[in-house]
Amino acid sequence: MITAPPSGPVPFDDALARGLLADMLRVRRLEEKAAELYGAGKIRGFLHLYIGEEAVAAGAMRALSAEDNVVATYREHGHALLRGMAMRSIMAEMFGKVEGCSRGHGGSMHLFDARIRLFGGNAIVGGGLPLAVGLALAERMQDSPRVTACFFGEGAIAEGAFHEAMNLAGLWRLPVLFCCENNLYAMGTALSRSEAQTDLCLKAASYGVSTLRADGQDVVAVHQTTRAALERLRNEGVPVFVEYQTYRYRAHSMFDPELYRDKSEVEAWKSRGPLHTYSARLKAEGRLSEAEFLALDSQVGDEVEDAVAYAESGTWESFDDLMRAVHTASPAA
Amino acid sequence: MKRSYREALRGALRAALAGDPRVFMMGEDIGRYGGTYAVTKGLLDEFGAERIRDTPLSELGFVGAGIGAALGGMRPIVEIMTVNFSLLALDQIVNTAALYHHMSGGQFSVPLVIRVATGAGRQVAAQHSHSFENWYAHIPGIKVLAPATVEDARGMLAAALADPDPVVMFEHVQLYNLEDECPDLVEVDIVSAKVRRPGSQLSLITYGGSLPKTLVAAERLATLGIDAEVIDLRVLRPLDAPTVLASVRKCRRAVVIDECWRSGSLAAEIVALIVENAFYDLDAPPARVCSEEVPIPYAKHLEDAVLPQPEKIVDAALSLFGEPPP
Repeated sequence: MITAPPSGPVPFDDALARGLLADMLRVRRLEEKAAELYGAGKIRGFLHLYIGEEAVAAGAMRALSAEDNVVATYREHGHALLRGMAMRSIMAEMFGKVEGCSRGHGGSMHLFDARIRLFGGNAIVGGGLPLAVGLALAERMQDSPRVTACFFGEGAIAEGAFHEAMNLAGLWRLPVLFCCENNLYAMGTALSRSEAQTDLCLKAASYGVSTLRADGQDVVAVHQTTRAALERLRNEGVPVFVEYQTYRYRAHSMFDPELYRDKSEVEAWKSRGPLHTYSARLKAEGRLSEAEFLALDSQVGDEVEDAVAYAESGTWESFDDLMRAVHTASPAA
Repeated sequence: MKRSYREALRGALRAALAGDPRVFMMGEDIGRYGGTYAVTKGLLDEFGAERIRDTPLSELGFVGAGIGAALGGMRPIVEIMTVNFSLLALDQIVNTAALYHHMSGGQFSVPLVIRVATGAGRQVAAQHSHSFENWYAHIPGIKVLAPATVEDARGMLAAALADPDPVVMFEHVQLYNLEDECPDLVEVDIVSAKVRRPGSQLSLITYGGSLPKTLVAAERLATLGIDAEVIDLRVLRPLDAPTVLASVRKCRRAVVIDECWRSGSLAAEIVALIVENAFYDLDAPPARVCSEEVPIPYAKHLEDAVLPQPEKIVDAALSLFGEPPP
């Protein structure tokens, strides 16, 4: 287990260094607002917050190229936003409005965007893994250089889909980047209570998949490890599995009383928080002032308020349109 | 020329593979082994291992990969050896393939064709004899086909591949050796039910492996003075209600023949359709001939007794007439 908070110089140029901070802050503020709006009844259903895990999406997304495919889970607000989806579109989707990325059909768990090659938003644990294998196969068969990044939690590793997908990817040497966000709990079940072998990289390696591990609370480590993984994937022509060790600060969803973990454990992980440790490092290096941080935060706050206003003023889809959307419209129709 | 249902399917696959570089196949033992039912025999030599892709025994994995490949611009045809094993892939079919178009607000379509062998009658016992077409026909977002003739075996695949959404095609194992006249090129729709034998006094409504049995029953009924019409549903979702209802309104009596178990069967859906829409046109309550509600047994006499058979269809039909018509 990693214990010391992330520290040390940030080996990136200012654009990337500040970009990563802005990325994490945008996800954090978006989700804090979403939680507030859930309380106000504007957002309903399930709402799975990524708060505490932002460094993973931020560091990983900036290592991918714009052309690559991304498959995510039901805890995917951060992935969608940092892949390039407009915050307005995400918020409108959570409100259930037709202006949302999925026309209000999906909600928080099903953010899709064909333009940025975001293939969901899959809320069946492990469900996205075979899909990612197929996307990678399609790219291979079409001689495309695209990589398919598939995000999933450590809970997915108990599913058969994980093992079947890893085997297919390893067997066929497909360009899949398996991004395992190990936040230690599958809903309320700790990894040690659900897996006989808790070394996740060992499992992946048994399928001929190359493996790497990163401190998921350290955006620097996440970004560097993901870049190394992609280099390995492209140079060696093998799928790569990366375990990002991270932690969810909030409840699993909005219905979770958190009976399964000690407050002291949560507090210990919060001391390693991805945002405040990273901004402290930039400040220590003299690359970020408190005033600059506050200005950035205020700018992000404006973006969030704009997204909320956009969602509020959105419209409801008509029932007739809903029924038509079960099948793809034929060109003649 | 005369050809078998199996040869017709192979001809359709070959034409699809030759005609569109996006088309490829995945499945268990479809390549080197030549296909469990020999449908894909010879295709590996002709199209190579990239496009005739043998998979491990990972139904969930390779069906999911088929969905991903379809999303990624290919036109995969996935063969699941039997409907029994398709249950291992049901999550991907129901929770991903069927939902992605709607759940993504129409942004993504999944042009995937899944071919599945189905049905009983070969003494392969309970775990290899299921009929679950009704389960699939329950799901909005997928189309379900049941080719029951050599012509449909030749023609339905092209229509399924042209469809932008997931299509599940059930091939009854008892049909593979069926032979009939069939031209090289066949164009069929995947929208309508078809009248396979015109008649005026009784509608026999069926699909898939029960069609030949139903046609035999119709001939026997003719010798007893009952002129039965045989409807082949062909497309199990969405159902062609107008064709079914037109036949029932004309004949005023109906028997539905379906190899699924009776409770919750597709036959139950057809009867509900008839009762809801043509109740006042009926001269007798609709009847059903389905499989007995036991696991399908191995011993031949027991298996025969459990499945729909021409005699059972004839008996069910006669029961609707009280006494033989003059």
